[in-house]
Amino acid sequence: MAGAAPAPVIVRVQRDDFDVAAETARLVAGGASAGAIVSFTGLCRDEGGRLSALELEHYPGMAEAEIERICLAAVTRFSLLGIAAIHRVGRITPGQNIVLVIAAAPHRHAAFDGASFVMDYLKTSAPFWKKEHFADGSEGGWVEAKDSDDTALEKWS
Amino acid sequence: MTRLVYFAWVRERIGKGEEDIDLPADVTTGADLLAHLKTLGDGYAHALEHENVIRIAINQEHVEHDEPIAGAREIALFPPMTGG
Repeated sequence: MAGAAPAPVIVRVQRDDFDVAAETARLVAGGASAGAIVSFTGLCRDEGGRLSALELEHYPGMAEAEIERICLAAVTRFSLLGIAAIHRVGRITPGQNIVLVIAAAPHRHAAFDGASFVMDYLKTSAPFWKKEHFADGSEGGWVEAKDSDDTALEKWS
Repeated sequence: MTRLVYFAWVRERIGKGEEDIDLPADVTTGADLLAHLKTLGDGYAHALEHENVIRIAINQEHVEHDEPIAGAREIALFPPMTGG
């Protein structure tokens, strides 16, 4: 029964925070074939006290579609039993969650790789942008894309 | 009419998030579109000054600048992405 069902793919873009334990339970509900679950949570840093908030903008529709494409590729490539990717938008303050990826697999290597693959592609091809707001009340600029995020993709090619 | 949507600093510099626009017949690719928009005003010229960094999506899928835009319902222009 569990082997015949398609792997669950949960993708959401939301303003509200997420609960890692609840999302993990939801992902593996109805099956006991997973021997490994890796979850990654990305948080907003305070940048040494300089930052008061990040403002996250997204392209509604495409953001969800692009994350889903990445998740489906990860399921196929690593034979995952399930994958969840939840990304927050709006104003996020230091210490708060930004993104959650959970990968479930029979064994640990596939779960680690699946979560890492989804995060690497999400950072470079899912349409989200971050703007900084500083603690002194000034509006910072838009965060620039990092070359290191592009080079991170090379290990998957 | 083609729907154009803009995000992040492309949106801020152009001064709007979306618009419907009639494109001249000789605008056939994403690169043609960027060149055409840059003639429409200072905001567009500033937003699209460095064409090579602008990302293009047609009907919500990433495309290269040489992609034909014929039949596109929605074309998005935006900076490199910084999510995650």
